[in-house]
Amino acid sequence: MNIYAVKAIYVFEMARTFRTIYQSILAPVISTSLYFVVFGAAIGSRITAVEGVSYGAFIVPGLVMLSLLTQSISNASFGIYFPRFTGTIYEVLSAPISYVEILLGYVGAAATKSIILGVIILATATLFVPLQVAHPLIMLTFLVLTSITFSLFGFIIGIWADGFEKLQIIPLLVVMPLTFLGGSFYSVNMLPPFWQTVTLFNPVVYLVSGFRWSFYELADVSLWVSIGMTGVFLTGCLVTVWWIFRTGYRLKA
Amino acid sequence: MNKQSIISIQGLSKTYDGGFQALEDVDLEIRKGEIFALLGPNGAGKTTLINIVCGIVNPTEGRVTVDGHDIITGYRATRSMIGLVPQELPTEAFETVWNTVSFSRGLFGKPANPGHIESVLKSLSLWDKKDNKMMTLSGGMKRRVLIAKALSHEPRILFLDEPTAGVDVELRQDMWNLVRGLRDSGVTIILTTHYIEEAEQMAERVGVINQGSLILVQEKQELMDRLGNKQLRLHLHEPLQGIPASLSGFDLEFVPESCELVYTYHSQRERTGVTMLLLALGEAGITFHDVDTKQSSLEEIFVNLVTWEK
Repeated sequence: MNIYAVKAIYVFEMARTFRTIYQSILAPVISTSLYFVVFGAAIGSRITAVEGVSYGAFIVPGLVMLSLLTQSISNASFGIYFPRFTGTIYEVLSAPISYVEILLGYVGAAATKSIILGVIILATATLFVPLQVAHPLIMLTFLVLTSITFSLFGFIIGIWADGFEKLQIIPLLVVMPLTFLGGSFYSVNMLPPFWQTVTLFNPVVYLVSGFRWSFYELADVSLWVSIGMTGVFLTGCLVTVWWIFRTGYRLKA
Repeated sequence: MNKQSIISIQGLSKTYDGGFQALEDVDLEIRKGEIFALLGPNGAGKTTLINIVCGIVNPTEGRVTVDGHDIITGYRATRSMIGLVPQELPTEAFETVWNTVSFSRGLFGKPANPGHIESVLKSLSLWDKKDNKMMTLSGGMKRRVLIAKALSHEPRILFLDEPTAGVDVELRQDMWNLVRGLRDSGVTIILTTHYIEEAEQMAERVGVINQGSLILVQEKQELMDRLGNKQLRLHLHEPLQGIPASLSGFDLEFVPESCELVYTYHSQRERTGVTMLLLALGEAGITFHDVDTKQSSLEEIFVNLVTWEK
């Protein structure tokens, strides 16, 4: 294992976060705070509690998940796309480093940033709503698993994209709508039966549901189904990344 | 593998997805500790060859070993020995010189060594720029940083792909002094350049590649001796109306503007014809006040080779 190489990529990527701290950390914290103000305090005060949990507190897991997904994808996709765009990827490709080590460096850094952000958002949430975490270990598991999975997904997008527009298409046109429609701001049970069924095709539902369960023991689907679906998506991403490295897709001619 | 060889290339071919064949059945041995110049026109396959050895491009056919290790199965061993200075200037615009060079060392599996990085930066006159962001540097400075990055992990083999493109004369001399120093310390250097006079000055052996095929590989001096013509220029007292019939057996050209008679011959042949020419000139009553000779440059040899291939 080329530990020095993994460390070099990891530290290099983390340094980018601290160099762009307003964009990386402050902006998501402010936007999440605004969600709390608008949905939690202003509108939420007029909405009755959802299954015994105040609306402000109910949306906390969904909001964390929203930031986690978008930031994981954004961090990881940019992390690998930028060297491809500038041409500095030549150095990574010519270094004595395995594909697993490349992943550990890039995806590890992206996931770390997301986890830090998730924790900051949770800390911010406590300023607005009373927060309880019924199962901290499960909560942490979902936080880490989701960050890794969607960082892998972002890494795939960063390899696939051949322009800055494509880099934004999936996060903005697919992930964001799926997150909003994935029960971040409501319980799936509030929907008419037909839409409840349709919603089950949205993978984000399982993430939000499982994550919310770790806070309030409230879930739209079983915890194990949530964990299983996250595992399926993680496996799918790993297989895709393996294929990318095996074929050299958009990395090696 | 040749006893002295450090890079062994056998039957290497590369066809890109679009069908373009960049390399065709290339065999090449690079000797340990030499400076090898790879010459060829644009699109000849020089960069593809380098990129395959470095692991950036996948070969279609053939085998490459570096110090006995296969570049595919033993990529960790081969790549850790190699430093690459690419033709383009890809840099992380927002990083400092120090960080980007240190990053390269780590990437190639070496523990941090600020002393070595300092020494490399100083040798490339970059020390006072170490805290500057890459985006603030000139093209020549960026080129130096790329060399520093390639040297950061103390490679045993250094690939220089057009290293002096866009670099001023003074820096070019500094670079070549550095390259000579590296060669003296045992580093094998493979360079491509369009400045053929550099290859002529620097290289011990020369390979000429054209349209993906290696036309020849030879000791630079042997190549110049074998293919290089020499010209004897006679500065005449009086202009000629034409080449006299008695001199028609010689390969002569009269240059009216400079009143010169130019005789082209192969210097390595046993009989160059110079003595016979001088005798014939005397018999023809042609006198001259000065004489000089000129050896073909590597560039002229290269152009001739490539033209001949076409």
